[in-house]
Amino acid sequence: MQPLGMGQAINQALREEMRRNPDVFLAGEGIGVGIHDSPMLPTAGLLKDFGARRVKDTPVSEAAIAGLAVGAAVAGLRPVVEIMYNPFFTLASDMIVNHAAKLRYLSGGKSSFPLVVRMKTGAGFGAGCQHSHNLEAWVAHCPGLKVVMPSTPADAKGLLKSAIREPNPVVFIEDMMLYFVPGPVPAEEYQIPLGQAEIKRQGTDVTVVTWSKMLLVALKAADQMARENIELEIVDLRTLVPLDKETLLASVRKTGRLVVLHEATRTGGFAGEVAAVVMEEAFESLKAPLRRVTGPDIPVPVSPPLERFYIPSEEKLIMAVQEIL
Amino acid sequence: MLWAEYDPLAHRRLAILSPEGQMDEGLRPPELDDGALLNLYDRMVALRQADLLALNLQRAGRLGTYAPTLGQEAANIGSAAVLQAEDWLVPSFRETGAMLLKGVSLKLLYLYWMGCEWGSHFPEEVRVLPICAPVSTQTLHGVGLSWAAKLKGENWVTLIYLGDGGTSKGDFHEAMNFAGTFQTPTVFFIQNNQFAISVPRTRQTASATLAQKAIAYGFPGIQVDGNDLPAVYLATREAVTRARAGQGPCLIEAQTYRRGPHTTADDPTRYRSEAELKEQERFDPLLRVRRYLENRGLMTPETEAAREAQHLKWAQEQAREAEAAISYNPDEIFDYHFAELPPYLAEQKAYCQRLLTAKGESAHGQA
Ligand SMILES: Cc1ncc(C[n+]2csc(CCOP(=O)(O)OP(=O)(O)O)c2C)c(N)n1
Ligand SMILES: [Mg+2]
Repeated sequence: MQPLGMGQAINQALREEMRRNPDVFLAGEGIGVGIHDSPMLPTAGLLKDFGARRVKDTPVSEAAIAGLAVGAAVAGLRPVVEIMYNPFFTLASDMIVNHAAKLRYLSGGKSSFPLVVRMKTGAGFGAGCQHSHNLEAWVAHCPGLKVVMPSTPADAKGLLKSAIREPNPVVFIEDMMLYFVPGPVPAEEYQIPLGQAEIKRQGTDVTVVTWSKMLLVALKAADQMARENIELEIVDLRTLVPLDKETLLASVRKTGRLVVLHEATRTGGFAGEVAAVVMEEAFESLKAPLRRVTGPDIPVPVSPPLERFYIPSEEKLIMAVQEIL
Repeated sequence: MLWAEYDPLAHRRLAILSPEGQMDEGLRPPELDDGALLNLYDRMVALRQADLLALNLQRAGRLGTYAPTLGQEAANIGSAAVLQAEDWLVPSFRETGAMLLKGVSLKLLYLYWMGCEWGSHFPEEVRVLPICAPVSTQTLHGVGLSWAAKLKGENWVTLIYLGDGGTSKGDFHEAMNFAGTFQTPTVFFIQNNQFAISVPRTRQTASATLAQKAIAYGFPGIQVDGNDLPAVYLATREAVTRARAGQGPCLIEAQTYRRGPHTTADDPTRYRSEAELKEQERFDPLLRVRRYLENRGLMTPETEAAREAQHLKWAQEQAREAEAAISYNPDEIFDYHFAELPPYLAEQKAYCQRLLTAKGESAHGQA
């Protein structure tokens, strides 16, 4: 095991998959040089090691970057492109939603779509609402896309390796805060299949379903509540599409209580989907109404105190748990 | 060189065959001899018959909304005629003729316009992307395709079609900029048919030509008479040859005229005059080739009546085959989505099958 930040773990995954398969190439704004060439960031050093053909610095053109991925995937390559920040997905969205996600369907399975779109996101940097905006629910709503949102460096590496080997388009959303949170990463070759949640902490009283950076909040809250003999079970979805219903439902059937925690805004957030699945399939196990702990329905504020208020915290999660105990 | 000679900023436009059927032999591509010309003319007649039949089928309720190519036959056929099997054709939605020439069957295209999903299921070896509904977005992944050729070190070319209206989209400009920056083997082919639904070309952009837009992205653009088969052929051949040789992208603006409605759902009498339309008939792309070939003694009114009848018969057979092939198999809409069937889709597919069974219907929508 090696302690790495998530950016470093992603860097390893990119390196290993590029070495393994010459069809894998990267493209994005400034991924080769400049601000991204810092050791903690995902594409550091890749230009030097793989050259400008396979690590393509592009003009500032989100739609064209996504188009590069779609077209190259049709031609049998395995593009891994970067949209700098999740809110800029809006500019690349036609290519991803209308083409990457639909061309296989339209062509009757002829066109294969092995492509990965990486996007960075996450509140907590004072970067403001036009850089920090978690849109995973938008993407998950579009048929034809798989959606991954890892929470630990080890998961990020294993999931990205699977995503790059997938024959389907995958949107891979990285919380930038996690680039600076070290965690153990196995040194040997491994992959984590898409569509498998993981129980990050066993518990008996309340199930907390979460993903990405909010796992840290959930684990902290669980530590605090354990002191009062309340045991939270933390389910990290890791992949939103396909959703691992088995793990989710088994946990809810065991604890009978559910809180869904995500950083994204509340209305139409993915917590609603999780809640609906539980209501449809495990309603009789619920001993209390479920709760959502999410960002409020506002843009992520830029000022640090307001931004802190925006991000769901241990306190908010603990309050929600206490309400349904 | 064609590109320097026909500088759009100098208001030069490439033309070879006049509306009266006069051929500029000095410009005529040598491989486009009378025999080759007759072959391509034959394809234009086939397209026109297929197109007219589609309109009739739509009026009779046997085909859905359709985007006609009437008047744009030379732009369709002259351009796609240049492509090799390994080249990719990336259409918008008014390239029936180009798609036919590249190997898509009329049956499939009719199936598509009849509202059957499976009309886009082209055979594996036919390098044509499905019809693209969001205007101009195909330019982006078209450039992605050509980038792949470059990355793989293969020398196929990507021919991307769009309309005059499509040049107003940001997508087109990002695609052009990528193509120029990365020197991809791409040919952008604008069918400037003077309208984007009801909006005339003059209200689409303040640029004097669409061809000149290429100059800003660092590669050549050329304006051609889009109703002039040899001119369209020559410009496309030069652009494709150049791209194949690794010399980067080109833009062709084929000036033509959409004589039909935007689609069968449109009524063009609300925004253009009968006189304007009549005037355009003089520039018909078939008429001038016919005049030329008649002067050369290669066709007569009788051979042409027979040709039209033969192509109409072919189109009618393709329509009947399309109607026979219509199937609404709900299994497939689930199956084609991902390479495998994820559990949640397997569940939704099973639910759909249970519903059909309960209603006593087979999976093909027949009682
Ligand atoms: C992104 C997008 N916006 C609007 C439309 C509706 N629309 C369909 S065709 C069309 C006009 C296209 O004009 P042009 O590019 O000149 O092509 P033409 O129809 O003349 O062949 C419009 C606005 C669309 N399909 N996609
Ligand atoms: Mg037009």
